[in-house]
Amino acid sequence: MKWDFAFTAEILPKMLWATGNTLLAAGMGYAIAAVIGLLFALAQRTPLRILTYITREIVEFIRSTPLVLQIFFVYYVGPEYGLYLSPWVAGMIAIGLHYAAYLSEVYRGGIESVPKGQWEACTAINLTTMQTYRRIVLPQALPPAIAGMGNYLVAIFKDTPILSVIGVAELMQAANAVGGQNYRYLEPYTMVGVIFLVISLTSARAIRWFEATVRRKLGMQ
Amino acid sequence: MTYASFLADYGSRFVDGALVTAVQFLCSLGLAVVVANLFGLMLLSSNPALRRAAVGYVEFFRGTSLLVQLFWLFYVLPLFGITLDNFLTGFLAVGLNLGAYGAELVRGAIQSVPRGQWEASYALSMSPAQRMRRIILPQAFVTMLPAWGNLVIELLKSTALVALIAVPDLMFEARQLNNTTYLSTWTFGTALAIYYVFSRFLITPCMRWTERIMARRIGRA
Repeated sequence: MKWDFAFTAEILPKMLWATGNTLLAAGMGYAIAAVIGLLFALAQRTPLRILTYITREIVEFIRSTPLVLQIFFVYYVGPEYGLYLSPWVAGMIAIGLHYAAYLSEVYRGGIESVPKGQWEACTAINLTTMQTYRRIVLPQALPPAIAGMGNYLVAIFKDTPILSVIGVAELMQAANAVGGQNYRYLEPYTMVGVIFLVISLTSARAIRWFEATVRRKLGMQ
Repeated sequence: MTYASFLADYGSRFVDGALVTAVQFLCSLGLAVVVANLFGLMLLSSNPALRRAAVGYVEFFRGTSLLVQLFWLFYVLPLFGITLDNFLTGFLAVGLNLGAYGAELVRGAIQSVPRGQWEASYALSMSPAQRMRRIILPQAFVTMLPAWGNLVIELLKSTALVALIAVPDLMFEARQLNNTTYLSTWTFGTALAIYYVFSRFLITPCMRWTERIMARRIGRA
């Protein structure tokens, strides 16, 4: 089978449009994951042992089970309890929670890398817990966490095609649709691959640059 | 219907699915280990052509999404006259993908073997093959095992995607059962629980055990 350039040109606008949706899904999922992940990480550091224990188990569970199954679970279980979620909402919840579990580990590593003396100093100058985190600990915990956070940004982007299983109109879904209508899968699937490769490689570069910049700004190099 | 009678009726389907998942898992793990070692060593090769080929492989498989690779193998290869069976396509895609991540682990672990060990093996005038097999690889192996633990769980979870090309694994069975029974919480919940048991109570203890044995064998316990 030969590559059909006319067909490629014909479906290109559709694919690029869907790429926008993929980026949107990845961005939204990542934003949700970044916030919930921080909550997971902080919940594991409260003096309340039971909360630590429960959060730990939730994180372990999410990390040990397949994302695709979690997406199905969120999408199909809602209606059983009268909660009808659109594919987008269900997908964002599933992918957000999934990556929150991973990001919480990254945050935890970052927070633990802040020297003990910094905490003691905060206690000594009588900062509240909130102030300690916001002004002393998190600013120091984030730079070492950036590399890990960046990896997961790329990972979340590469996992968005899984959202096509519940019909989220992202790149993979568009390729499936185009392929099905025209009985040609070579061009759409290959284009998806190329688009992913280009975006992954560029974003990996960008993250390394961003990390170096932040480190320089904070005088950590 | 109670959960007990649900399990009595459909339990065997879950068992069948879990067995297929287990076989998929073992096949793709075998492939991933071979691929990881091969390309990991190539990444360190002094021959620039080999090195570039390995970098290309790793970047390609890490940069495009696993689902895209899976669909590409499944739908596009037949257009070139290569028709692979679903099961084979499934573990090929998963093994090749996770192998690319493994290659980076192998490279990193080999590079982390102290310089002196290399020098000592030069001093003993070992051949490159002997040096690798007897001095470097055993030590690298112990270093990279914890990271492999994460990767192996990642691999188990990735096998859930092969359901999308109709390999009758655990995920596939759960989806089929959901379509016939509409009992989403139970079907997907049970499947999630089985994946959790696999990774938390089979894979993790196995990896820990291997880590202990290997550490003892090279005298680091």
